[in-house]
Amino acid sequence: MVNFERHEYDVIVIGAGGAGLRAAIEASAQGARTALICKSLLGKAHTVMAEGGIAASLGNVWPQDNWQVHFRDTMRGGKMLNNWRMAQLHAQEAPDRVRELESWGALFDRTSDGKILQRDFGGHRYARLAHVGDRTGLEMIRTLQQNAVHKGIDVYMECTITQLLKSGDRVTGAMGYWRESGNTIVFAAKSVVLATGGVGKAFSVTSNSWEYTGDGHSLAYWAGAELIDMECVQFHPTGMVWPPSVRGILVTEGVRGDGGTLRNSDGERFMFNYIPDFFAAETADTIDEADGWYDDKVKNRRTPDLLPRDEVARAINAEVKAGRGTPHGGAFLDISSRRSADYIRRRLPSMYHQFKQLADVDITAQAMEVGPTMHYIMGGIRVEADTAATTVPGLFAAGECAGGMHGANRLGGNSLSDLLVFGRRAGLGAAEDAAAQSAVPEVDESQVEEVVAGMREPFGRSGEGPYEVHSDLQDMMQKNVGIIRTEVELDEAVNRLQDLKNRSKDVMVSGHQQYNPGWHLAMDLESLLTVSEAIARAAHMRKESRGGHTRDDYPDPSDEWAVQNICIKQGDNGGMEVSTTPLPQMPEELKELFEEGSNA
Amino acid sequence: MPEFTIAVQRGEAEAESQWTDYIVDVEEGQVVLDVIHRIQATEAPDLAVRWNCKAGKCGSCSAEINGKPRLMCMTRMNLFDPAEKITVAPMKTWPLIRDLVTDVGFNYETAEKIPAVKLGEPSEDGDFRMHQEDVERGQEFRKCIECFLCSDVCHVIRDHPENKENFFGPRFFVRLAELDMHPLDQEDRIDLVKNDAGVGYCNITKCCTEACPEDIHITDNAIIPLKERVIDSSYDPIRWIGRKIAGK
Repeated sequence: MVNFERHEYDVIVIGAGGAGLRAAIEASAQGARTALICKSLLGKAHTVMAEGGIAASLGNVWPQDNWQVHFRDTMRGGKMLNNWRMAQLHAQEAPDRVRELESWGALFDRTSDGKILQRDFGGHRYARLAHVGDRTGLEMIRTLQQNAVHKGIDVYMECTITQLLKSGDRVTGAMGYWRESGNTIVFAAKSVVLATGGVGKAFSVTSNSWEYTGDGHSLAYWAGAELIDMECVQFHPTGMVWPPSVRGILVTEGVRGDGGTLRNSDGERFMFNYIPDFFAAETADTIDEADGWYDDKVKNRRTPDLLPRDEVARAINAEVKAGRGTPHGGAFLDISSRRSADYIRRRLPSMYHQFKQLADVDITAQAMEVGPTMHYIMGGIRVEADTAATTVPGLFAAGECAGGMHGANRLGGNSLSDLLVFGRRAGLGAAEDAAAQSAVPEVDESQVEEVVAGMREPFGRSGEGPYEVHSDLQDMMQKNVGIIRTEVELDEAVNRLQDLKNRSKDVMVSGHQQYNPGWHLAMDLESLLTVSEAIARAAHMRKESRGGHTRDDYPDPSDEWAVQNICIKQGDNGGMEVSTTPLPQMPEELKELFEEGSNA
Repeated sequence: MPEFTIAVQRGEAEAESQWTDYIVDVEEGQVVLDVIHRIQATEAPDLAVRWNCKAGKCGSCSAEINGKPRLMCMTRMNLFDPAEKITVAPMKTWPLIRDLVTDVGFNYETAEKIPAVKLGEPSEDGDFRMHQEDVERGQEFRKCIECFLCSDVCHVIRDHPENKENFFGPRFFVRLAELDMHPLDQEDRIDLVKNDAGVGYCNITKCCTEACPEDIHITDNAIIPLKERVIDSSYDPIRWIGRKIAGK
């Protein structure tokens, strides 16, 4: 038996963004011995980059708001493909999760009567996002981090998990390596929570960081769990487009929430030309009404600048293709002509800073140039709504790596609230599941040794480096599986993925195993290729356009596909199996919320 | 844009670090982190560097560029003259792990020593009430992205590592000031500020303030008010009598 570093826990949580931290806090509060494992330093996870706010129907600005309205907005934003139960729990529990953050030390911006201020965002009927300027994610992750460090949770930082361990059907733990030393580490655990975030590094233009390599999706898939809705990928409409080195970096939707508008190179507010029938009844069709909406939401309908993200991203894409783009191939996003410089600096300090420092643009005086950037994956691990349990016993998932909550398109602000609501539920579910187990399971030594041998393989090879394969993968996914898709391109994508997989098996790593980013990337390639294939195959199957999945050859939504989830699972022969499963149908009392004349 | 020569300090703990020169073409708008990534993708795939957001929001890519404390992701290459070599070195105050990566564990250990926020009961409607002008002082401090550049440049520990035993560093004076100024917090941490955190060691040279990429006025708004609170509490006769009675 090789002498690897070993630990035993009731619950291990993989990933330490908002969902992972909240899950660990909850599991620990339930009395479970809990470990939190993350690829980066604590507090650096992707949640830190979230800007606009946390959606919750606190009703502090618009007392008319309530969970039913939030639920309806979420489902409609997701083009009704959402798991209704998750959307319901999310809308019901988000206000309590926000208040809880405040009691843990978060300092949100305030209303004039001292309550938590809420801001407008796309697809939300009322101003709903609790926020701190445009750095809400930082506030959230720091608050959770500062709470977690006093809870007796063991934190393993800069530690990457490469494989879940199993015995029979059940997960028995996980294994991986310390980034610093390269040494193997093995966790035996009664229950495992995946909270690893998304897959952005499969694309070349993305707002996501290096960590977003689809680890949780892949770990679950390899362990036999089901993935759903993987074709539903969100291209955020407003990423930076210039200079090239910052292409893809996020520009918060809060710019439009706070009054900014999109214009094309003719100076036209083009979003009025892209109001889909689905949202026509609730969207302003004149400039006067759109501008009036910011102050009076009862008399006016919402500005089309704040249509859900999928709609706005496609509109910008179409304007650029029609030759009405900006000099660097985007749209103009202007708040300078609409709000005072003081207001802009106070509400959007980090946007001001980001454009000034990285693009030499003063957003209080000039328009920004923006274009779509891969931002989020709605698809993910299939979970049971109430407990966050996956289809594999002992395995739970929350946050971006879980699927269902956001349907075909996520509304801005619903991610941070998702992390809190389902992070907590996953921690609770895992702790209860762990409590029902008699002992920490034995880890199968042969599984561990086999994985370790595989991890070390790239050092002995003589092929190309991992960066070339990664870069080719990103270019291919961007081009073939990007914002607008076709059958021909998706066929080509599936073929090219096979080729890239073959290349990845020959990837060579130089140097040694101590803090070696080339080696880390070589190992990440496996999960990147797995999620890329899942996205491409699911996109190929769904022959309609819905939310973040747009097919040029099937431009409309179809009734047939409206009631199907696409489900991905590893087959017995190791290949990827794609099938459809019926979308869970909501009960009558919730269906009523979507009828005309409903108060929601 | 033209060709630059960039010297990166490379090496591991317990071994001699060396400057390695790389010659790179720089494109318009690029930052130092782009150049480091280019070197990784071409010449040195094992070049160790931390980074995450690449937008100045996460505080991972701290380094000493031409001897100055900076975030690599927010340092534009057009700041520099192509005729002169640029140096990129790891933060000096923390133990080296490899290349540009240091062991900042001191900061995570210190964070655990600070008692969490403790609020009273909310109002009857379940909401805490705080006014914008009252939260703004704390909000300035909560902009901190934990890049640890302030503590990296702090003489108290940079030149005297032995002081780490008795000194939390500017990052955690920011944290302590934030808690002290929280409108509803009820915990008293002034003894901690004075004793374990060692605020008295700071001789207000303001190096930390100059280094802060978030423009937090660390010295003026956090450290000096904490020093004043320590003095006030030490000479507060009511507290003094209270302590005598309690036998502390």
